[in-house]
Amino acid sequence: MSYFLLFFSAAIVNNFVLSYFLGICPFVGVSKKVSSAVSMGLAVTFVMLITAVVTWLIYHLLLVPFELEILEYVSFILVIASLVQLVEMFIRKVSKPLYDTLGIFLPLITTNCAILGLALFSVLRDYSFGESVVFGLGAGAGFTLALVIMAGIREELELAPIPKYFQGAAITMIVAGGLALAFMGFAGMI
Amino acid sequence: MSTSTSLNTEFVKGLWKENPVLASLLGLCPTLAVTNAAMNGLAMGLATTFVLLMSSMMISALRNFIPHQVRIAGYIVIIATFVTVADRFLAAFLPEISATLGPYIPLIVVNCLILGRQEAFSSRNGIGRSLIDSLGMGLGFIFVLVVLGIIREILGSGSIFGFAVMGDWFTPWMVMILPPGAFLTLGLLIALANWYNDPSSLSEIRIKQ
Repeated sequence: MSYFLLFFSAAIVNNFVLSYFLGICPFVGVSKKVSSAVSMGLAVTFVMLITAVVTWLIYHLLLVPFELEILEYVSFILVIASLVQLVEMFIRKVSKPLYDTLGIFLPLITTNCAILGLALFSVLRDYSFGESVVFGLGAGAGFTLALVIMAGIREELELAPIPKYFQGAAITMIVAGGLALAFMGFAGMI
Repeated sequence: MSTSTSLNTEFVKGLWKENPVLASLLGLCPTLAVTNAAMNGLAMGLATTFVLLMSSMMISALRNFIPHQVRIAGYIVIIATFVTVADRFLAAFLPEISATLGPYIPLIVVNCLILGRQEAFSSRNGIGRSLIDSLGMGLGFIFVLVVLGIIREILGSGSIFGFAVMGDWFTPWMVMILPPGAFLTLGLLIALANWYNDPSSLSEIRIKQ
């Protein structure tokens, strides 16, 4: 049951995008169409899941026994960069159209704060292996959810008469503010 | 003479015209996350600028030795090293700020602003010019963080840098120091910058006068 709570908390109550501000770049950049938002969300969830597994193993089997915690950031980011490279090669091989849609944002998953944030939070909160995996899945689901909702709103916004200076990033931020406000409604649930 | 003019341009462009946050929308995560008080914004801005300056210097010096194919991984390792330095420094000398900023200090590693400057500038220019460019970008970043922090702190807690400025009559707008306030304030600030930069808006009349 606590696994369920952890998943729910990471996905909804403490949504990575809307309450920790992690992964804002793809949130602003790839949220113009629902279809590309879904694929981006799935790619990020996949990377998050592997990251959660691999960084937990590295931290607890390599860094802690050898007292090398100081190398935490360097080793985490290297592992994430190589994982993203692998995912990129995989997607290019399996689905060229998807690869073209995601474009520059695919390699940029490396610098997606949500991925490194996930690894850092699991260390900080001392999660066990199972908890880390569930946390990674929940965070990925939450990221996908926020991205898809945002893309849905932005598809509608295309047709709305937005004041000139608010077009683009400004209105996206303000809509995100409204979404964050809505998600705060879940705050008391856990 | 022409060199000094262009050095000046490299420095000034980061402050407003190519401001990392308002114009290029880089480094939004820390911008939104830590600006619930002006002091946190300033600390985050200084830490980021330190990492930006040090890694620009290092990468600019090594630009002819890093193979093109693995440059991104190389940059990230260098950046992560300096972030570790900044993180340990803050933990040792400013433990309170380090605790408030929490995981957002290590997250400087993935601040797109830093990697973006390395890829766009430091890997192609000499050490001096890279430092000037980084300094301008860093100051532009600090500027936005502190402005956001001040606005949110005044409205959300009625103080600036921890000093109460609003009287007892003022009811703090709790929402401003919570996540929605961050998105709303930054959205309005970007719209304001768009308005100010638009040649057809009032601002041009004002500048001409």
